[in-house]
Amino acid sequence: MRKKAFLIAGLLVALLLAGVVSNFASGSPDGLDYAAREGCTFNADDEITGGACMAQREGEHQLGDSPLADYAIAGIDNEFLATGLSGVAGVLITFAIGGGLFWLLRRRDRASS
Amino acid sequence: MLSSYAGAMDTQAMHIANGIVDGPVSAIFLIVAAVGLAFCVWRAKLDLDDRLAPMAGLVAAFIFAVQMLNFQVLPGVSGHLLGGTLAVMLVGPYVGALCVATVLIVQCLLFADGGLTALGLNITNMALIGAAVAYVLVAALLRVLPRNPAGLGATALIASVAGVVLASMGFVVEYALGGTTELSIGAIAATMAGVHTLIGIGEGLIAAVTVVTVARVRPDLVYALRHFRRPVLAKAVIA
Repeated sequence: MRKKAFLIAGLLVALLLAGVVSNFASGSPDGLDYAAREGCTFNADDEITGGACMAQREGEHQLGDSPLADYAIAGIDNEFLATGLSGVAGVLITFAIGGGLFWLLRRRDRASS
Repeated sequence: MLSSYAGAMDTQAMHIANGIVDGPVSAIFLIVAAVGLAFCVWRAKLDLDDRLAPMAGLVAAFIFAVQMLNFQVLPGVSGHLLGGTLAVMLVGPYVGALCVATVLIVQCLLFADGGLTALGLNITNMALIGAAVAYVLVAALLRVLPRNPAGLGATALIASVAGVVLASMGFVVEYALGGTTELSIGAIAATMAGVHTLIGIGEGLIAAVTVVTVARVRPDLVYALRHFRRPVLAKAVIA
């Protein structure tokens, strides 16, 4: 497989995972979140009602109002679409920023200047 | 008294949030993270060439995607890949740590995942500790395990479990230094180690499948196969 084809195939897999498969991910708290909630009791709105736990003094995210906050897209109500599109956006942005950064950092053996 | 708890039901919040660890300790680890990443940038320049740079961008994008895929590890508990071992095996320790850090920064700034104040903590644990542990183990295991897909996969699995558990212990240390609630550190360490062993196994399976697949298609694109094995020596032994 040529390298360009490999990169495109890899990117397509990532887009598929973030754009579609992400909707079937588990909604349970992850390991850290689970540990942070241990010891507290929660009501139906997920507010702490008692006990002592690490999450007790957790604060809001400073950028919680950003258009992609919480892996959704502001203004899109369909959850499946919002999660998928935010995932696609995230993969493309990460590839652009990461790839761009690494391209700038790369070693140039035959310096052109 | 009710205190609102941010981002739990819409459980896409996956990293340390604001307010879990206090300001001074968060600030110290922001410096730790900055120094660590600067060191990685310096060393990564030696590794990055026209071949590795686009591959590293792909690895970062792939880790972002797979981090969205929370898998169930216990009833009511999920986990997701952190990516340290996968990145180290595909693009090397220094570029690998930068890949994970890139993902964490994008998640924090654009997806409100992982507190802005907690960014140094998250980078220290997942990018620096995760990659460092993976580097040591991958380099050691590839020298002793069989040179076949099973050996490569086992390396990914073992390094992932160790990397994820030690990254979670990084959080325990940070919480012991600056936790905002008085709680038993021993109990937190036990819970974190327990669930992260399971998460590490899940991460290890994903990393093993990914690395073995890339090694089948384009072995020359797997950093670990180029640098952590000694092909010249190997040929000498076989001959």
